[in-house]
Amino acid sequence: MNPKRKRRLLLVGLLLLGVSAAVALTLTALKENVSLFITPADIAAGRIPQGNQFRVGGIVVANSVKRDSDSLHIQFDVTDGAGTVRVDYTGILPDLFREGQGIVAQGSIENGIFKANEVLAKHDEKYMPPEVAEALKRANTPAPHPTGAQ
Amino acid sequence: MFPELGQWSLILSLLVAVSLAIVPLLGSYLRLEGWMRFADRATRVQFALVLLSFVILTLAFLQKDFSVAYVAQNSNTALPWYYRISAVWGAHEGSLLLWVLILCGWSIAVSLKGHELPLAFRARVLAIMGWVSTGFLAFITFTSNPFLRLFPAPAEGRDLNPLLQDPGLVIHPPMLYMGYVGFSVAFAFAVAGLLDGKLDSRWVRWARPWTNLAWAALTGGIVLGSWWAYYELGWGGWWFWDPVENASFMPWLAGTALLHSLAVTEKRKLFTSWTVLLAIITFSLSLLGTFLVRSGVLTSVHAFTSDPSRGLFILIFLAVMAGGALTLYAWRAPRLVVQQPFGLFSREVLILAGNIFLVLAMVVVLAGTLYPLVIDLLGASKISVGPPYFHTVFPLVLTPLVLLMPMGPFTRWKQDEPRRVVKLIWPGVLLTVVVLAVFALQMHQWSAYGLLAAAAGSWVLGGTLNYFWQRQRKARERVLGVGQMPSGVVGMILAHAGVGVFLLGVAMTESQSIEKDVRMAPGEQVELVGYQFRFLGAQHAEGPNYQAEQGTVEILKNDQVIATLHPQKRMYVAGGKPMTEAAIDAGFSRDLYVAMGEALGTDGAWAIRVYYKPYIRWIWLGGIFMLLGGIVAATDRRFRLAEQAVALREQKLALQEG
Repeated sequence: MNPKRKRRLLLVGLLLLGVSAAVALTLTALKENVSLFITPADIAAGRIPQGNQFRVGGIVVANSVKRDSDSLHIQFDVTDGAGTVRVDYTGILPDLFREGQGIVAQGSIENGIFKANEVLAKHDEKYMPPEVAEALKRANTPAPHPTGAQ
Repeated sequence: MFPELGQWSLILSLLVAVSLAIVPLLGSYLRLEGWMRFADRATRVQFALVLLSFVILTLAFLQKDFSVAYVAQNSNTALPWYYRISAVWGAHEGSLLLWVLILCGWSIAVSLKGHELPLAFRARVLAIMGWVSTGFLAFITFTSNPFLRLFPAPAEGRDLNPLLQDPGLVIHPPMLYMGYVGFSVAFAFAVAGLLDGKLDSRWVRWARPWTNLAWAALTGGIVLGSWWAYYELGWGGWWFWDPVENASFMPWLAGTALLHSLAVTEKRKLFTSWTVLLAIITFSLSLLGTFLVRSGVLTSVHAFTSDPSRGLFILIFLAVMAGGALTLYAWRAPRLVVQQPFGLFSREVLILAGNIFLVLAMVVVLAGTLYPLVIDLLGASKISVGPPYFHTVFPLVLTPLVLLMPMGPFTRWKQDEPRRVVKLIWPGVLLTVVVLAVFALQMHQWSAYGLLAAAAGSWVLGGTLNYFWQRQRKARERVLGVGQMPSGVVGMILAHAGVGVFLLGVAMTESQSIEKDVRMAPGEQVELVGYQFRFLGAQHAEGPNYQAEQGTVEILKNDQVIATLHPQKRMYVAGGKPMTEAAIDAGFSRDLYVAMGEALGTDGAWAIRVYYKPYIRWIWLGGIFMLLGGIVAATDRRFRLAEQAVALREQKLALQEG
């Protein structure tokens, strides 16, 4: 093999090696670091993913928000019409969090209560997280607000 | 009457764009000079028409013409005039108009500055940019008309999204679009080169400053967006790996690779087909970014609308542009390959390696951004990919890049000796140790991640300073002044140093920040790393178009008040939207950040976020260095001399032919 071809082979080999290593790494990392979206109905039916953290979305049930008087601990119920789950959270809620509003919480289930480490509500009162809109549609509950689509 | 004029001018500009896309291109094949010259005229007319409709839309906002639906949806009589101007690009329709306006601006700049380019080549470049503007003008005309009327006209408009009522957001979209759209120049050059079947290194040199400027603008846009998110969203983060942020980061990564490979192609006539491919990829990613943001397929703070027809249009357009360019590439690229000898240890190989890692980083971001979409389309389940994924993979891809960065400039083209380079790099290692020690001593909590990131930053900064110093010394030996360094080199040094500064900022902020969410009654205080935050209560306050509860927080150090902050919780009257306005005591080596959550109980207590963020300013400071580096490099005299040389040769040719 002449040196020119040898060099090119080396470069191509290195390139392939790098790319395949990166792809393998990316796929593994993706598999381990995604969080699944489930609905309150899934939880009610016992379809709870193992291990990892996941997200749950729905509407905050009216009059369900209970706040401790001396800390930032808060509990509220989230529903998609077909099921309801209690969410437990400590911290500051987003600006647009309120009863009747669609939210998404991230965390895990402990003793039937969803322990959230993050609560998201989008920055537009018209806006419904698409996952929540779809979950509501599946459970045949009319959305309390119009979704973003017009 | 006026809005209709704006719409007519938009439709006319679409017709002009179509002719610009076709006539000069045909002319270049049929060798019809008049048809080719048509490109310059069409570019001008197109720019004038789009500018006219942009001005008319702006006037509609200034005159509070709520009979225009877009104006009624995005402004309000109480909105201050400067936000009424920035509201023009505050939502979907207007921001697309801005996109096209900037595209027409770049086209006219190419037409004005491009007289040194051969006529046929210039005609093709402008025609290809015409294809892009055709697509976007058709998109606006058929799916997103900003001049749509409302009848009867409402007496009062809704409001501009309060998040966008901010000086940072006035300039963020134009900057970002300057970058996105600026890459269309490199794209048009690449495609024109493919059509020609050759890419002359003089034209490559000519394309370099444009790419530099586009890259600098994109850098600026991203930095502004990050800074805005930090103080405006009220969470105190500077990057969220939000899909829309990723959408701007992908063209940046590809564009960075493009900048470097353009240098190789110009200087060594190597990697031509790789450079062309990168130019196509970079602009396609800009289009993809526009698609992701505009189609509403992604859940994000930026997703204004979710109109499927719009998404479909951009997707088809993206497929046509990127697919067409890539097909042409597959067909023609083999012709661009020029054999040049180069050694295994040489600057071109180091740059190529850097390029590969930049592209890998881009692929990592792309995968994380599109994976949820793909899984959703397959109907498997709904998932989201969050920061943990990026935090796992990104450092691994960046490590080789960081290691290579200070070495590249020291290494010679063609062939070099590793031993020679190592000898030159030595002082940089010492500098690295010093810088790292300075930062490590300021770390108050142990963090392996923080130390590694700080080491990376120190290595890049130390290595770059070392290069600067050695280069200066060499310049002095040759009895040249300080100003004798070519500005291309100065720009490179600035940008590389910026990366170091940025990494140090990231290392300190990410590993040493302290964030506390606390319940505070008036008079209570909380301590963070030697700073006492004392809450004095909240009072009612009023702004031009909002009502607020304004808190007062005193910050004490060693019992001395060093700052009094006034965070606000605002309620915008028109839209009824709440907003958190954080208050920040900014500093060179640390920020103190206070934001209000919600009122609790009856004793005047509030939920309050108090953050200590060391060196967070360095993140944006590094970005500003990179931006300046891009601009300085674009002013390199060598680029202009090259233009003159091309012009001279053209004249000679014309004389010979005549």
